[in-house]
Amino acid sequence: MEAKQDIYLIGVGGQGIGLLSEVLLRAADHAGFPVRGVDTHGLSQRGGTVVSYVRIGPKAHSPLVQPGCADMVVALERNEAWRGLCSHLKDGGCLVYYDTEWQPLMVRLGREPRLETPVIEQECLLRGIKEVRVGPAVLRDNRMQNMVLLAAIASNKLIPGVEVNHYEQALEDLLRAESLEKNVALFREKLGLV
Amino acid sequence: MKSIGEILMAPEGVSEIVMGNTALVRGMLEAGVRVAASYPGSPTPEIAEAIGAIPKENNPIYFEFSTNEKVATEVCFGASLNGHLATVFFKSVGLNVAADVFVQLSFMELTGGMVIVLGDDPGAYSSQNEQDNRHYARLSYIPVLEPSSPAEMYTMFKTAAKLSQERKMPVILRVTTHVCHAKEKVTFASMTHHPVDDTPQFSTANGPYLALPAHVASMKRRAIEKLSGIEQADENTILNRVVENHNSDRGVITMGLTYLSLEDVLENVTGKPDILKLGIVHPLPKKIITEFLRSHREVKILEELDDFVEQQVKALAYDLSIPVKIIGKVSIDDWLGEYTPDKVTKILMKTWPDLLTSVHRLSKVASPWSSRPAQLCPGCGHRSAFYAIQHALAPEDITVADIGCHGLGAQQPYNMGQVVTCMGHSSGTAAGLSLFNTSRKVVAFLGDSTFYHAGLPGIINAVYNQHNFTLIILDNGTTAMTGHQNTPGNGLNANGPTVKMPIRQVLEGLGIKNIQEVDAYAQGKLREAVTAAVAEPTFSVIIAKHPCMLKTMRELRSTGKTLPPEVTINKDCSLHHDCVEAFACPTFQRDADGTVWVSKDLCIGDGSCKQTCPAKAIVSGTNSGKEAK
Repeated sequence: MEAKQDIYLIGVGGQGIGLLSEVLLRAADHAGFPVRGVDTHGLSQRGGTVVSYVRIGPKAHSPLVQPGCADMVVALERNEAWRGLCSHLKDGGCLVYYDTEWQPLMVRLGREPRLETPVIEQECLLRGIKEVRVGPAVLRDNRMQNMVLLAAIASNKLIPGVEVNHYEQALEDLLRAESLEKNVALFREKLGLV
Repeated sequence: MKSIGEILMAPEGVSEIVMGNTALVRGMLEAGVRVAASYPGSPTPEIAEAIGAIPKENNPIYFEFSTNEKVATEVCFGASLNGHLATVFFKSVGLNVAADVFVQLSFMELTGGMVIVLGDDPGAYSSQNEQDNRHYARLSYIPVLEPSSPAEMYTMFKTAAKLSQERKMPVILRVTTHVCHAKEKVTFASMTHHPVDDTPQFSTANGPYLALPAHVASMKRRAIEKLSGIEQADENTILNRVVENHNSDRGVITMGLTYLSLEDVLENVTGKPDILKLGIVHPLPKKIITEFLRSHREVKILEELDDFVEQQVKALAYDLSIPVKIIGKVSIDDWLGEYTPDKVTKILMKTWPDLLTSVHRLSKVASPWSSRPAQLCPGCGHRSAFYAIQHALAPEDITVADIGCHGLGAQQPYNMGQVVTCMGHSSGTAAGLSLFNTSRKVVAFLGDSTFYHAGLPGIINAVYNQHNFTLIILDNGTTAMTGHQNTPGNGLNANGPTVKMPIRQVLEGLGIKNIQEVDAYAQGKLREAVTAAVAEPTFSVIIAKHPCMLKTMRELRSTGKTLPPEVTINKDCSLHHDCVEAFACPTFQRDADGTVWVSKDLCIGDGSCKQTCPAKAIVSGTNSGKEAK
């Protein structure tokens, strides 16, 4: 793998970005890479934009990823995918996002247009970005959309050197009992392993 | 699953990926902290969560959430006088509340030692300002250690505790948002065993402990002597270090997270400057700084927020006539925000235009979509309350917000709350706004946790001085914004069941007659209550009550019970758009043609929206309910 892999995760408070970012961080650790990162805590967790940073490789010092420098943007929501694509993804990078829609206030108030997926597609084409659009899937629990996204990251091998077993080891570190079973089951189902 | 409690108590040395706040608690345990206290506030609440994760029977730390930061500081001060190593932690602005006792700490012989963990918030991610608390340290003659990473939070806490215990003086560990929340693999030493001796050691012979005019000069002298002693401490040689890049022309003095930003920016740069990385930022380690100034032609002070180090380094160079060019802050921008890697890039480009020529900057596309600020959650009682209150007030009336989740009501489309400063200010500010004012009603808001924290003096003042405004207490039964900590109103503290002090009883005890208590979901009743209250020319209180639905739903999910189904919009919808534009629960989404739909991700089925639809088209879902897990 390259000396450095910078991942910028973005979503809306309440979508489970914390679990997803920690799985990526720990999976990379299980794969033998030095890692660091940071999550959003506090105020914005209440329905605002939340971001997490995961940095893999020995050349990462700060836990933060610079704007325009992320190798990959992982987004849990369509509007936030667009935001992350514009602010942090480098040309030629990779965007993976879960296509659910939590409209921002100004869209709901009717003062800004609704964002449609072709806008994202076009921007990715223009900038040589690999686009992986996931879902929306019918799930028994909508709070597990992060697992569907994780499966997409694993099956497309979007983080070089990090394999399915590393992601599962990370899930085992972080979840217990029934919650672990359900998340792993969904992860495997989406990978086509069951 | 790896349990945080087990990791923290592991007798052997372990390496684990943890956030800074968790690493700090391992440091607390190894140092032998016996008493800890806090009031919740970002970026520090996860310290309390980590302490709470330690199995009760093995936990050597007594911990409490005190009613506010001042009380928490006093609890730790008292415990230290009895010989216990104590640690108080809170957010940046918490120090303003604690200041009255804090500024006295260095005057006292702290028998057991005391570390103050200050969570500063450069960039104001979760605060009403980005104040630089190093100024308080100078004001109070208290040393400051500043870590850059989770690993340093762990080791530097132990150093802070050691310095504090040896010298019986307070020591600050200043941490910032992205140090507290950063995650990395930290290697912990094996656990140190501290035999517990709980014999109360307080003795006036260790003092004096009476801060009285006659003692001030001698106490202050002692405080300054102790502070100067830190400059000579051996710890300086470990905590302050030079990163040698063999550059006699250029050097950078930096500290904290900014140091890591700098290392990032310089990663692929040729002609790197030497770096003096400070770990003790007060009192400044003059010896190593002097050597660094003498051995470089130009020195940049790369320092987040204010010019605290810059001023002192410039004074030092002047006193010693060192012929070095010192470059500090050059524009107002340099005083603002967190020193992230991109901010450091911009600053260095101004400082040494030739240094970063190889940095590849990518042009970004400006997003035409506006930002997504935090907002009230689906089902939040505050939304229902603000929707009703808005309809009871005239456009010229004045609304005063306070700190907490209800502060989000200041946003569109509610616009409830036009001025906010700090915890508990609303009653005092509203009182002032009501003076000589007979034409515009004044309404103050207050959260339930803030009621106990700093709200009471303003309320007592309103009664005592017979002010004329209406206070609306938005009571969700928890300290919601910071992670659902308990309040004195709900009969639970950090350690279990306790005395319950309901807000209404407290208000009645103050002799307030005009109190109304209304469920925040009962919009009609609440509207009537507000209309009646503002019509009276006296101080009145309304308690708009509804449990925090985020907390309620989490609890419901954990029990495995069936959740209520989402609401649906039926064929009666006539596109009034009140649900999406005026009530504005994030659940309601709209298509380009104006059709409104309900997000299954977001709706919790609370139904507080139903009463807002003029066409009565929002109805409870008919399915048998969502699966709980």
